[in-house]
Amino acid sequence: MSTLLEVSGVSVSFDGFKAINNLSFQIAEAELRAVIGPNGAGKTTFMDIVTGKTRPDEGRVIWGEKSVSLLDMDEAQIARQGIGRKFQKPTVFEDQTVRDNLMMALKKDRWVIAVLLFRASSADNARVEELAAEVGLSDQLDRIAGELSHGQKQWLEIGMLLAQEPRLLLVDEPAAGMTPEEREHTTDLLVEAAKTRAVVVVEHDMEFVRRLNCKVTVLHEGAVLAEGGLDHVTSNPEVIDVYLGR
Amino acid sequence: MRQSFIAKNPSVLVFLSILALFTLLVTVFAEGPGAGLIPTSFVKTLGKTLCLCLIAIAMDLIWGYTGILSLGHFAFFGLGGYMIGMWLMYERTRLIVSDALAQGDIPPTEAEVVDAIGTQIFGVVGSSEFPVVWMFADSLVLQLMLVVLVPGVLAAIFGWLAFRSRVTGVYLSILTQAMTLALALYLFQNDSGLRGNNGLSGLQNLPGVEAPQSEVSMWFFWASALALGLGYMLAAWVVSGKFGSVIRGIRDNEARVRFLGYPVETFKLAVFTLTACIAAIAGALYYPQAGIINPAEMAPVASIYLAVWVAIGGRGRLYGAVIGAAFVSLVSTWFTGGQAPDIPLGFYTIKWVDWWQVILGLSFVLVTLFAPKGIGGLFDLLPRKDRT
Ligand SMILES: Nc1ncnc2c1ncn2[C@@H]1O[C@H](COP(=O)(O)OP(=O)(O)OP(=O)(O)O)[C@@H](O)[C@H]1O
Ligand SMILES: [Mg+2]
Repeated sequence: MSTLLEVSGVSVSFDGFKAINNLSFQIAEAELRAVIGPNGAGKTTFMDIVTGKTRPDEGRVIWGEKSVSLLDMDEAQIARQGIGRKFQKPTVFEDQTVRDNLMMALKKDRWVIAVLLFRASSADNARVEELAAEVGLSDQLDRIAGELSHGQKQWLEIGMLLAQEPRLLLVDEPAAGMTPEEREHTTDLLVEAAKTRAVVVVEHDMEFVRRLNCKVTVLHEGAVLAEGGLDHVTSNPEVIDVYLGR
Repeated sequence: MRQSFIAKNPSVLVFLSILALFTLLVTVFAEGPGAGLIPTSFVKTLGKTLCLCLIAIAMDLIWGYTGILSLGHFAFFGLGGYMIGMWLMYERTRLIVSDALAQGDIPPTEAEVVDAIGTQIFGVVGSSEFPVVWMFADSLVLQLMLVVLVPGVLAAIFGWLAFRSRVTGVYLSILTQAMTLALALYLFQNDSGLRGNNGLSGLQNLPGVEAPQSEVSMWFFWASALALGLGYMLAAWVVSGKFGSVIRGIRDNEARVRFLGYPVETFKLAVFTLTACIAAIAGALYYPQAGIINPAEMAPVASIYLAVWVAIGGRGRLYGAVIGAAFVSLVSTWFTGGQAPDIPLGFYTIKWVDWWQVILGLSFVLVTLFAPKGIGGLFDLLPRKDRT
């Protein structure tokens, strides 16, 4: 399988503190990957770098079969390349309805004039309803997103992510604040999504990671500490030391 | 499934009906064609108020919907006024000058006429030469195009520079204010080419039109009402679809919009430029009714008033902006026009001309703190069928 995203030798420091230290990471198309690591390990910062929010001090971030560098692009351009992101804190547009949120995320021409002239076709509406059903928000479509529960906002954001039809999904702690059943549903969705695209999931919850049943990357102090199957990494003494044995 | 735009936005229809009714009533009772109950000066005040409502809609689009607190939109309003004022003044002076010269024995040459116009217009600033900015002043069509083009291009350049460097929030507000101040100060200079602090005057007289002011004022009133109606529809259409979603998204969380792949800077630039053009059109209709424009009109405080109107009326809803502008500017005219009786307290006399500003400032603070939805928020209290 060909590599979709390749991060190599990336470092970034904030006021002299090295949040990411010579990090290298690769993911193939249609691969599911879990990233774990203690608080402050640099997991969110890693996503910030890939999505263009943070510029690394050094290193390369290479994307796709044409091997373009993402470092020359701004956040919107990177997103249009097909990289979608779910934030640690659920961020949806609280002032707007669930339907509007999903419609905005739907993969369509992003150019100003196209957006101005856009009127949802029945196919678009059907797609939005389908997505809402997928994330269990069918009967919430016309509610204002700000009125949803924490878990429902997480769902909505996952729905928006799917609506974008990205080739790479970066998901930061998707199960935070969810009930056990919701967590299970989330796992299913991510596993399903990873059949057709690459998915990177950051998660603290070990049970959740186990259910994902995929390769695991352990981050520590901004660098990769271990990589492999969950049982392989959790038996690594260093990993036990910094993370599991806390 | 797909409904027409009006059907989905009943408030547009309500607004247009009220505007039409209002226009009809004013026409029926006005001094010119109607019953004569409304004096011409008040028709002008009402017409000007409609223009202020139009610029308030522009302000609501850029601030209420997109979240960019521009303190520069009155500069675009003023520029629109200057552009139409140039033609009005040039053409009227040309007619007067040509008439005067025709009294002589020899018919005047073209150069003589132009010279005489120059002396008439620029005498006050000690010049008779036409500055380059008056290049097209003899053509109504070109000046009408400049009404939109000059503020539009200025807004596009300014916006491009500001948004590209990701200047946001209060810094952007300060930047827009600095632009306004710079423009006003420039125009105050005698050699700016626009008659310095004298500004342009006599704009209420339409060149070559014999009709009395009572009629001319009605024409401008109608034009202002039409512009307001069209502007309202345009704005309502712009915010009704996905574009509206995106700009409200930019207001609430622009980083998130970027991660969805939308070119946020381009959207901001589009709204900034569009609203500058709307403001300019409003200004081009306003100043012929005011009769005079000078750089003081563009002072930064004017743009701040605009923000106050929109805040009091209710940000993020178009009718709120209209209510705010109409209500505050009419009340303001009443208080500052000397109609409000002073209140003698014995030891002190409350003069409304002075105290009105204080009341306005206070109500701005109170609205911001206690009723962030403004007057328009009252409509949310009405029972609605479609709300459960
Ligand atoms: N913009 C910033 N400025 C300064 N320091 C930052 C910034 N962003 C992140 N950091 C620091 O970099 C380190 C890595 O942070 P990051 O958010 O990537 O950790 P994380 O692995 O996502 O942790 P968590 O599990 O708590 O979400 C932390 O020490 C954090 O304080
Ligand atoms: Mg994090």
